[in-house]
Amino acid sequence: MSIVFLTNSLLTTVQDLGRKHFRRFGVNPNGTMDKTAARLVNILLGNDENESVLEMHFPAPKIQFKKNALVALGGADFCAKVNEKEIENWRPVYVKKGSRLSFSKKTSGNRAYLAIKNGFKTSNWLGSASTNLKAKVGGFKGRSLSKNDELFFKKERFEPQAQKTNYKISKSLTPPYSAFPTVRVIAGAEFEKLTEESKDGFQTQSFTVGNESDRMGFRLQSASLNLNNKFELISAAVGFGTIQLLPEGQLVALMADHQTTGGYPRLAHIINYDLPLVAQLGAGDKLNFKFIPIEEAEELLLAFENDLNLLKTACRFL
Amino acid sequence: MKYKIFPLGDDALTIDFGNEISAEINNQVLKLARFFDQNAFDGFIETVPAYSSLTVFYDVLKVRKSTAGFPGAFAAVRSFTENALKNLDEFGEIQTRLVKIPVCFDAEFALDLEFIASENRLTADAVIEIFLRRPYRVFMLGFLPGFAYMGEVDEAIATGRKPAPRAKVPRGSVGIAGKQTGIYSLESPGGWQILGRTPLELFTPEADESPAFLRAGDRVRFYRIDKFLFEKSRNELFKTEK
Repeated sequence: MSIVFLTNSLLTTVQDLGRKHFRRFGVNPNGTMDKTAARLVNILLGNDENESVLEMHFPAPKIQFKKNALVALGGADFCAKVNEKEIENWRPVYVKKGSRLSFSKKTSGNRAYLAIKNGFKTSNWLGSASTNLKAKVGGFKGRSLSKNDELFFKKERFEPQAQKTNYKISKSLTPPYSAFPTVRVIAGAEFEKLTEESKDGFQTQSFTVGNESDRMGFRLQSASLNLNNKFELISAAVGFGTIQLLPEGQLVALMADHQTTGGYPRLAHIINYDLPLVAQLGAGDKLNFKFIPIEEAEELLLAFENDLNLLKTACRFL
Repeated sequence: MKYKIFPLGDDALTIDFGNEISAEINNQVLKLARFFDQNAFDGFIETVPAYSSLTVFYDVLKVRKSTAGFPGAFAAVRSFTENALKNLDEFGEIQTRLVKIPVCFDAEFALDLEFIASENRLTADAVIEIFLRRPYRVFMLGFLPGFAYMGEVDEAIATGRKPAPRAKVPRGSVGIAGKQTGIYSLESPGGWQILGRTPLELFTPEADESPAFLRAGDRVRFYRIDKFLFEKSRNELFKTEK
């Protein structure tokens, strides 16, 4: 009926795909950083893709199961073990009552997702199970999980079948995670206000993810980028993936807990299809940017959605 | 009416009416927001009204499914928006509310009142008097859940942001940044110059329909209360929560 957290961890929160319809009140969408990973692990278990999952950073918590459960892990690879047995990402895993799930080291990515058949029991807020750490609402009591917390399953009496676990999501469907990805972007409203040299620099330099990077945004370090003329921009909406130019010439890429509005120049926007690649980066990782037309970004989403629909159908028959 | 439309990522577009703070432009923004609320297209998610722009978030797949004749979702939503803008002047005026907000200016709450006064070569009382003299318009909500950007403050008391933001600005703090004024709806780091505090709750997570006390387009009149009333109304608020 529940899992119990045996240790503290860096930042473990309950998230779904995010909160819609309340940005106009200054309420940001929150939700998982890597939406593709969260959707895939849910689909794998036959859950609604918007079902709540645990988002974990490394060091990740040690978790004890108080009931038999069917789970799936995805996103970052933290070398998960159930008791002493190593378990792989992207496949359903049957976990027996009393077992302990632990994570020994980080080998790729920075955010791992744990989904459970039928999902967790969460406190929903404004139509979403996602945790809003600022307003201290949603998810698990509006906060991150720590030692001795107990997170209940949504369907307490559900008894999973142990035998149905011999399949795995094909590599062609999981994002091509890398510690140095090329990330596709579409141009932002103020990109043309950069000097020619900086326009060039944006497309040719590599950027390093800074230490002060969290669920709100990633600082991206490089040689400074400069505007032709200084100008005051009045605050307007920004989104997950908006890349802003800060006054000292460095960039910030806004992430899942971003503010709803901002007043810094918008140089570019990371396309939704590539956001998971950025969401999995950590301090010291690098990335490059490549512009593509918006129609191409839409086509990528469309093609991926068709693949996901096939996967959903397949998982339903298993 | 002049405007520009540009993508804000691959699932949103912004209609920018000019990089300017004015009630007239903000009214156009709110009229267009209301149009989308009343005439949602297939795949519409939400709008975010700002000072002089409106951003429309949409579901790319749903828009593409329902608009096969367009090269893409962005082109379809842009076309829908352009058609709406043709008739914007004929839309009825935005209904505005007058909202009165009590503020206590006692020293323990008015963290930067002395600084605002000395920057502008005024006494603290003169700053308060000038601040209370006029009503302010809520142009937009942003930054924090329920944080209202209001303006415009009299030039005589306009004060720039603090060079280094405070790590914790208490909930209810009323601040000034340039000619803008705003209320910290939650405790948060922030750089606005704080001149007082309101006991009102500007953001109520439990209120599902509209968790924010203020709305874009509201007119706000601040009035002065003393510490006794501040504590009293805070206690009353606390009681109603129970």
